[in-house]
Amino acid sequence: MKVALVGNPNTGKSTLFNRLTGLNQKIGNFPGITVDKKTGHCKLPNGEQIEVIDLPGCYSLYPKSKDESIVLEVLTNSKNDAHPDLIIVIVDATNLKRNLLLFTQVADLKIPVILALNMIDAANKEKIIIDIDKLAQHLGVQVVPISARKNENIELLKQAIADAPAIALQRESIAINELAPGLISQIKADVKVKEDYVALLLAHQHEILDYLTVDESNHIESLEHANGFHSQESQTKETIARYAFIGDVLQHTVKQQPKRIVDTPTGKIDRLLTHQVWGFAIFLAVLMLIFQAIFSWAAYPMDLIERFFGWLDESGRQLMPPGVLADLLFDGILAGLGGVLVFIPQIAILFGFIAILEDTGYMARITFLMDKIMRKVGLNGKSVVPMIGGLACAVPSIMATRNIESWKDRIITIMVTPLVSCSARLPVYTLLISLVVPDEKHWGFLNLQGLALMAMYLIGVVGAILVAWVMKKIIQVKESSYFILELPVYRSPRWKNVFLTMYEKVKTFVLQVGKVIIAMSIILWVMATYGPPKRMKAVEAKYQTPAYQIKYSPDELEYHYAAERLENSYVGILGRTIEPVIRPLGFDWKIGIALITSFAAREVFVGTMATIYNMAEPEDDTSGIREKMANARDAVTGEPIYTVASAFSLMIFYAFAMQCLSTVAVVYRETKSWKWPAIQFAYMTALAYFASLLVYQLFK
Amino acid sequence: MKLTALKPGTTGIIKAFTDLTLSIKLMEMGCLPGEQVTFERIAPLGDPIAISVSGYQLSLRKEEAATIIIEEVKYT
Repeated sequence: MKVALVGNPNTGKSTLFNRLTGLNQKIGNFPGITVDKKTGHCKLPNGEQIEVIDLPGCYSLYPKSKDESIVLEVLTNSKNDAHPDLIIVIVDATNLKRNLLLFTQVADLKIPVILALNMIDAANKEKIIIDIDKLAQHLGVQVVPISARKNENIELLKQAIADAPAIALQRESIAINELAPGLISQIKADVKVKEDYVALLLAHQHEILDYLTVDESNHIESLEHANGFHSQESQTKETIARYAFIGDVLQHTVKQQPKRIVDTPTGKIDRLLTHQVWGFAIFLAVLMLIFQAIFSWAAYPMDLIERFFGWLDESGRQLMPPGVLADLLFDGILAGLGGVLVFIPQIAILFGFIAILEDTGYMARITFLMDKIMRKVGLNGKSVVPMIGGLACAVPSIMATRNIESWKDRIITIMVTPLVSCSARLPVYTLLISLVVPDEKHWGFLNLQGLALMAMYLIGVVGAILVAWVMKKIIQVKESSYFILELPVYRSPRWKNVFLTMYEKVKTFVLQVGKVIIAMSIILWVMATYGPPKRMKAVEAKYQTPAYQIKYSPDELEYHYAAERLENSYVGILGRTIEPVIRPLGFDWKIGIALITSFAAREVFVGTMATIYNMAEPEDDTSGIREKMANARDAVTGEPIYTVASAFSLMIFYAFAMQCLSTVAVVYRETKSWKWPAIQFAYMTALAYFASLLVYQLFK
Repeated sequence: MKLTALKPGTTGIIKAFTDLTLSIKLMEMGCLPGEQVTFERIAPLGDPIAISVSGYQLSLRKEEAATIIIEEVKYT
């Protein structure tokens, strides 16, 4: 048996899902779309094993965002893999009126349904007295009062699932057929749907339902015209009729005192957290905490992961005979894998914080505080979180844009988030800054290098804001952006939820994005290892002459050989080829190679530079590579390669360029088309090129 | 009068909407004709605002709130 959980946001749906399934859950994808499909298994008191599907939270069956439309799709399409045999509608017992709107809609689909009254403990505390039996009678369904958070009555709910009838017995809430008499029966006959309400929903939303064929959709459209169907008017009528029904039911079943939000704890906390001064001060403090955590807390586990891969590499090489296979395995795959896995701590911490912010209800207040500023530049209050997350990594942040309902706001947020300097740029910045900015203190505390680093981060944020503003002017859509958002009651975070979110996001990241990075690492390795056979043979022959073998120690010989091979590999040739283009930015072909390899991931820069400058182990100690780079001279002019002008030009390039395959992959995944990643790649590369050009030409 | 004409802390009863599309969304969120709304507070930067309706808090932009026509309730 398949059981679906449906409910408004902030009703404790995920908590209930976790209670029912424990750790026995998995996340997949609904076919063709990017919404996560959470499923799990649960054992009923009678021993039966059921499948539980957690559907995204929504306020009605008229979806406003991508996540919400999946609910409609799954519930109205009986051929969908996730189409349930039973639905549990979970509602917030302290806010029954609004919550029951979705319930009555779901009930009218005529799938067996159970009503779970969650937060019954909070309702009791607020002196809301609900006559459960009467409510069940009025609605014609089983009603189970539960507290998912306190794990109360979950067994009772499981028993109710076991007792649920196989056919829908719920009472009719409104006269659906009257909303569009001719149309509903025609759709039922022509598109082969059984229920009136499903037919009505198809009339309203056939355009967004992917399971309908084009012919079916067109046919419904023409039926609408023939019947003079006005979607919005019909929906208004329906909603008012439903609330009339709900009002009637509640009058007979619920007694409550009117409450004033101001007097509740939430009202008091809000007075502080949305205060004109304290509100922003606290928000800044929270931001700094997250920022600190992402950098300092993650440093130790990241170091451990790096060391683990170092150890794996070392001990693996001892076990395997040296050769092409070992090189591919260790330099290609293992290095690529290490490059991905090293980000796990930062992603886990970022998503841990996001989960806490959402769980406590503070996230809604952040958007409340920031909406006005963000709207000015074409973003949305809800864009704040992805942009903060962008400081760690654009990949999870782009995944976090899904709750932005407005398509335009969401696209712009996705497009500019990679401009915020992520942690992968940090090694590039620190290396180059240490190269050209003196380590001096001014007025006792202002460290010039720290200042330069901060400037780079600011440039990223300013760039993001400017681009967002430009895109706001360019992208024209009919859809109007709105901001109607529930400010949920403050609650303490549910730690189990937080850890589950961290675990899930990390898993998604490793599985989905990891594949791309590993594939790219292998391609890069191949291109950096092999070159046109003639040229490679010539290099090989050169290093086998006795003159070379006497000139250098065996170690040195190895380094020089590796560097020259790289220069003549396909990647090296590519670097030489693009040199004329990047010359005006102050880059030579060696930097060109690093730019190319960095397109897989920015942090490859340091490693590539190290290899090119004949270094063996770049990861742990950058001082050696720093010296080599500081001493690097232009072959023709004899000028140093890394000057203030060229180093800042290079940093600006890294700040703006889309050098991250994982981001390209995730943007493709989130927008479902190559159009947006292509536009993003093009504009960021152009921006990086011209900004670097400007910097170099101004300062050289 | 428009909802935005209320002062923070005061209450009104929803009478009508001036934007059909928005009204549907607002009704889904519990803003129904006949329902009591309280203007809770304005965001520090002057927009959006927070109201309470049907027993919970809702935040919306001023331009959206201005589509809600209300009648002020005066407590004596």
